[in-house]
Amino acid sequence: MSAASHSLAGNHLACHTCGLVSRHPEVLTARLSCPRCGVELHHRIPRSVSRSWAFLVAAMMLYIPANLLPIMHVTSLGKTRSDTILSGAEYLLVHGMWPLALIVFVASVLVPVVKILILAYLLISVQRRSPGRAMERLRLYRFTEFVGRWSMVDVFVVTVLVALVHLGNVAEIEAGLGAVFFAGVVVLTMFAAQTFDPRLIWDNVRAHAARHTTE
Amino acid sequence: MVDHFHSKHSLVACHECDELQRLPAERERGRVRCLRCGCVLHHAGRDAIAAPLALGLAALVLFVLSNAFPLLDFGLHGRHDSTYLLAGIRELFNQDMPLLASVVLFTTIIAPLLHISLLIYLYLPLALGRRPPAFAKALRLVQTILPWSMLEIFLLGVLVAGVKLAEQATIVAGPAAWSLGLLVFVLSAAATQVHPQRLWERVA
Repeated sequence: MSAASHSLAGNHLACHTCGLVSRHPEVLTARLSCPRCGVELHHRIPRSVSRSWAFLVAAMMLYIPANLLPIMHVTSLGKTRSDTILSGAEYLLVHGMWPLALIVFVASVLVPVVKILILAYLLISVQRRSPGRAMERLRLYRFTEFVGRWSMVDVFVVTVLVALVHLGNVAEIEAGLGAVFFAGVVVLTMFAAQTFDPRLIWDNVRAHAARHTTE
Repeated sequence: MVDHFHSKHSLVACHECDELQRLPAERERGRVRCLRCGCVLHHAGRDAIAAPLALGLAALVLFVLSNAFPLLDFGLHGRHDSTYLLAGIRELFNQDMPLLASVVLFTTIIAPLLHISLLIYLYLPLALGRRPPAFAKALRLVQTILPWSMLEIFLLGVLVAGVKLAEQATIVAGPAAWSLGLLVFVLSAAATQVHPQRLWERVA
């Protein structure tokens, strides 16, 4: 077994890129760089919480037009129908394709909302310096990092339909503005998850433990 | 100057909880997990160079096939037409959706191609016993680009679109759909084969 030496953590830095652990210099310089790969060293991702909030709030705002505006317009036999993300899933359900309806609903409606809520909860708990349930919070973070990209599926469906049906010459499919906002939500929540530093969760656990041992 | 530990000490800091710990000496087999949060700290694969290089070269061939052949075949009232991976992106540009087209272009063409090229760029010189120029930059770029390569999600999109149209038209998967399916497997295998820490131990 390996020995944990967590008392060292305060004066050591690990490189994000190559993983090399360095000791903090006695005199702090403005910029530290990794002796092995040269990348700038940070104790934590700089301004992680405020940058993550910025991406998240922007994603929340885009989420509204993403669901209200149509993601595509279908013109066939002179008639035009517009589909939003929800009505697209409903169409699949009505036509008996419920496994696909479920995929579209989970990936496009459920996942973005759950992801936004989880990230907001993680950010608030870190800001309140909460030491509780760190392992559960880390699991939530890993979950959002893993599922976030899958929301892009509807954007790709529109891309394929636009190309295929145009070729068929019987109907015309045009991408709607909703698709642009929706792609924006996915990209922004991915940025929000990437700028969130999961180590902040454990910093509060350590700070809490340290307070209790000194008291 | 920053003082650093030599790699033989094998001191690692978990990148998810920052717990500082030593890797056990007998770490030739399996994976080592963080004592605190269970995140994987160290993999021991069979061959750190040959496998990712082979996967990278296979991915390059499959990527070319996926773009050169039709993705789906559309049949209606005896008429047939087929579409390519790039056709949808071109159509989005034509429909005045440059932003949407760029996101799709980046996630389905640029990011996967960059991922594949970087794999070959990194591992081909290493297989020949040389350290590739700008090694640190290339390795960092692979790590950055990985979440933006979304071919597996695109494949699910192709499936959904195909089933959606199957009611009104005849939809047949083209050669590109099959090579794309294989490419998804090859790329995810390649992603699990790249271990920056081990590579650094090797070149340092």
